[in-house]
Amino acid sequence: MAEQGVSRRDFLVKAAQGTAMAATGAFLWVYLLRQEARAHPYALRPPGALAEKDFNATCIKCGQCVNACPYDTLELEPAGGNLPIGMPYFEPRKIPCYLCPDIPCMKACPTGALSPELKNINDSRMGLAVIDLENCLSWKGLRCEICHRECPLKGKAITLELHPRAQSKHAMFYPIVNSDACTGCGICEKACPTTEAAIRVLPHKMVQGKIGDHYRLGWTFDTEITQDFKPAQAPAAAAPDAPVPGKAPGMDYLNEGGL
Amino acid sequence: MNDLGGYKIRPDALASVEKLHQRGLGARIWSWRYLFLRRFTQLGILLLFFGTAHWAWQYPKKTPLLTGNLSASKFLGLIPMADPLAALQIFFTGHVLTRETLIGVAVVLTFYLLVGGRVFCAWVCPVNMVTDLAGWLRNRLDIKAIIHLPRTIRYFVLAAALLLSAVTGVAAFEWVSPVGMMHREIIFGMGFGFLALVSIFLFDLLILKNGWCGHLCPLGAFWSLVGKMGLVRVRFDKRSCTHCGECAKVCPEPQVLNLKKLEERGLVFSGECSNCGRCTALCPEGSLSFDLRPLIRKHNSQA
Repeated sequence: MAEQGVSRRDFLVKAAQGTAMAATGAFLWVYLLRQEARAHPYALRPPGALAEKDFNATCIKCGQCVNACPYDTLELEPAGGNLPIGMPYFEPRKIPCYLCPDIPCMKACPTGALSPELKNINDSRMGLAVIDLENCLSWKGLRCEICHRECPLKGKAITLELHPRAQSKHAMFYPIVNSDACTGCGICEKACPTTEAAIRVLPHKMVQGKIGDHYRLGWTFDTEITQDFKPAQAPAAAAPDAPVPGKAPGMDYLNEGGL
Repeated sequence: MNDLGGYKIRPDALASVEKLHQRGLGARIWSWRYLFLRRFTQLGILLLFFGTAHWAWQYPKKTPLLTGNLSASKFLGLIPMADPLAALQIFFTGHVLTRETLIGVAVVLTFYLLVGGRVFCAWVCPVNMVTDLAGWLRNRLDIKAIIHLPRTIRYFVLAAALLLSAVTGVAAFEWVSPVGMMHREIIFGMGFGFLALVSIFLFDLLILKNGWCGHLCPLGAFWSLVGKMGLVRVRFDKRSCTHCGECAKVCPEPQVLNLKKLEERGLVFSGECSNCGRCTALCPEGSLSFDLRPLIRKHNSQA
């Protein structure tokens, strides 16, 4: 330091140098973080995991869920991997989630990144199974259906659709995944007998579309949005043997006056 | 050795240095006692985590012994622990901390306040083993400095870690921390985290002495701030000190051994002291020793 104190020029230069260093450092740091956080959106998280953004923020990368998993399903992503660093994920084709009813991984999580609001393991939504119709044995006409049989929510998450065939005695049994019940546990993916799994679990946002609120599906009477088009009474009223209620459209005035 | 707070070399200082050079093998090994102890705790903690993760170590029966890693853990299935800085970063991302995290933070903070603040750095942190090796080798090879950075830069890195957590929405340091990488990858499976450690090693060895732990690490900065209030401190006895300066040569944070301040306060006051014990084990006159802060006050008032 100069004996007579710092000159204004020195001070300004020092300040500029400090700012430049801080800005460069911060820029690199933020770049690294963004690279990491956005790395690949394909990670399947343990049951109860918060939405991606909140999960990234709250997971403390301690691995207690990994410790707690009795099937060694979960792993922590090391540095330099394809997924965001240090957080738990699983690969169903290696080891799927076997849906422990007591959810030990979620209970082990200290920060709530695996939310304790998940009470029933069947309500977990780790991902969504999707079927490659071109390579599914059942869709080719073979009686495979292994995914359906192995599914822990058989008949709900995976259902079979029967399609008779014109030129064969054998019907087709198409496995269908229902997103309202599929937990994304990946037991189907693990069980699929094809060389590369023809059914596999992906994060919802990778596979699920959204139709938008402006479509009014008038023919689905049970949906909220089509209420205005419903007849004043439920369709059951039109059943032949049921007593005709007085206010069915078109009936009220015809039957009035004791004709 | 002659620029410690502007003191001139005294004749008895040379005698002290001579004493140090002439000590036998036994005394030499004895002066490494804290080094052995520190490696024992560092590796021991790592082993407890590793054994629980890979060999299902349990105590009491059916309860995992020590789950997790240094970011957050649970001991005996009962005592939660959490890295206060990691929790603080999560808080800065705008997320509410759970009760378990808060209890864990309280447990860890209480422990380090009782045993002295930067004890984490020298006795627990696994990266310390890498940087100690680099520092030792650097002394051996007598590698000259090529850049200088102020040691206060770590406090700016700490502030940046919190600020960037708020800006980016993820715990900024936890996502790039070599401390986390090393511990996590040893316990839960290797990746490329060791490359970060190699960089730190080379940086410390060839570019800046004590570069990572002594200049950049925001976790060290955090514990320095907490450490100011720690209970276990290095006591300084000014009557026996001959100002030989050997302590500052082995100290990874030599600025804490400023003689003027030592004589004023009678103890190593700065939180940047990591209680590694190098100076206490080495001092040829026994002027530096571990003690509890209240006892130090008593000791000094008697003097």
